[in-house]
Amino acid sequence: MSVLAIVEQRMAGEVFAAAQEFGSPVSAFSIDHPYTADAYTAAAEELIRKVNPTLVVFGHTYQTRDYAPKLAARFGRVLISDVIAGKPPVFVRQMFQGKFNADVRLAGDGPHFVSIQAGAWRAGSVPVETFSPSSATSRQVPEAPFREAARAVDLTAADIIVSVGRGIKEKENLPVVEALARALGAELAASRPICDAGWLPMDRQVGSSGQTVAPKVYFAVGISGAIQHLVGMKGAKTVVAINKDPNAPIFEVAHYGIIGDLFEVVPALVEEIKKTKSIPPP
Amino acid sequence: MKIAVAIKQVPLRESPLRVNAAGTWIEEDNLGFEINEPDAYALEEALQLREKHGGEVIVISAGPARVSQTLREALAKGADRGIHVDIATLDTLRVANVLAEALRAESPDLILTGLQSDDLGYGQTGVILAELLGLPGSTIIMQVEIKPGKVRVKRELEDGWFQHIEMPLPAVLTIQSGLNKLRYATLMGIKKAKTKEIKLITLDGAAEGPQASAVIEKLYAPGKNQQGQIFDGDPKAAAAKLVEKLRFEARVL
Repeated sequence: MSVLAIVEQRMAGEVFAAAQEFGSPVSAFSIDHPYTADAYTAAAEELIRKVNPTLVVFGHTYQTRDYAPKLAARFGRVLISDVIAGKPPVFVRQMFQGKFNADVRLAGDGPHFVSIQAGAWRAGSVPVETFSPSSATSRQVPEAPFREAARAVDLTAADIIVSVGRGIKEKENLPVVEALARALGAELAASRPICDAGWLPMDRQVGSSGQTVAPKVYFAVGISGAIQHLVGMKGAKTVVAINKDPNAPIFEVAHYGIIGDLFEVVPALVEEIKKTKSIPPP
Repeated sequence: MKIAVAIKQVPLRESPLRVNAAGTWIEEDNLGFEINEPDAYALEEALQLREKHGGEVIVISAGPARVSQTLREALAKGADRGIHVDIATLDTLRVANVLAEALRAESPDLILTGLQSDDLGYGQTGVILAELLGLPGSTIIMQVEIKPGKVRVKRELEDGWFQHIEMPLPAVLTIQSGLNKLRYATLMGIKKAKTKEIKLITLDGAAEGPQASAVIEKLYAPGKNQQGQIFDGDPKAAAAKLVEKLRFEARVL
């Protein structure tokens, strides 16, 4: 099965490594043009018609999400997005926010389209060619990317992070986890819904759209562990999960965990930690 | 302006989910359903744009008979009318096809939908709609600003970066969760919704578009984490056990 990897700077090595597992021959191209959805769809279409691959592989980046489904639809196909394992003709992807995995089988003729999840394949070196599209008109007119005001909180430097999710239920309950953070000398962080609701500032958000952290210990409290959150904290040395749902995906990445009501577990944990503070560390 | 919002009905967030007997999807009997959360933000954005610019908000959903309930809830929040495309398939491209067909007849100025669904999570319906309707589109939108004949959006990029993009109307946008504050339906809204129109579109199989290019063969719980030490039972005992492990095994406390 011939494979075409369409790469951008982000995830290029992973995409190429996955493409090599998926079939041969493998060709890898980056598109030599400023990004817009229209321009890249047209350019990738031209490239695919030239290379004529059976399978096209992307990294599951925000850019891919912006144009690859459109490109696949142009070929009458659905992009099998965000796959975590597998190879043709069956790929594995998460569904229901990570509560289930699904084996998804390709049907019909190629070209088929797959995007791989960040971190799911080990990156290798990439012999990439650049493809210059013959024309690239676009209805989207992009402006320069920007960042909002500098982050007041740098979670990337924290040794211990206590991160809180939907399980906290109400803003008024935040002191429960704040007490844990205080007892541990930890930074307080949150999953996206907590920051969306304005309960904690955006610069305390961990995940694909927030900060990527790698502390010594990461406490995920009332966080189910959707992939958008996991990509931001998978690098933590020790992950501790506290959740009432034993099937929460967070337990899949946890080194330690407690299944239980956070409103009972966290105060108990704070008591235990305070006790140890009076005993010298081992 | 005429704004259409494509919404999906998904299982209630807290539902305990089980795989069906065939092992290919979840068991839907006895499940409660609600609007897909990102779509709720798309609806809210549409309602706010209508408040600012006038016009009409149409909600459209593809799915079995039960989706009319979710459409009704959207009407209670303030949408003007609904369209229910009665279709059983899960295939993203087919769903987009029937939605596109129904939307073509409406020719809205703006089409909004959530960036992804909480069930399949493909994150594609809006992007495909743009392609099928021949409209410009953009994804993961944090802000929508209507200008004469154009729309200027703030698109989210990775790692805290953003970008403004301008494109002509009509356009299709996929909306990021959290860009606005969701409203609740008022009692008056719920009452009014009872008399609002939900147009039912039924299709024969042939009208559903091409054969699926990807099929869910098997749905299953992810393999259990072998390394994790997970405690349950009495919270105090579990907390003591955890602290001991963190102190003497992981040596992080």
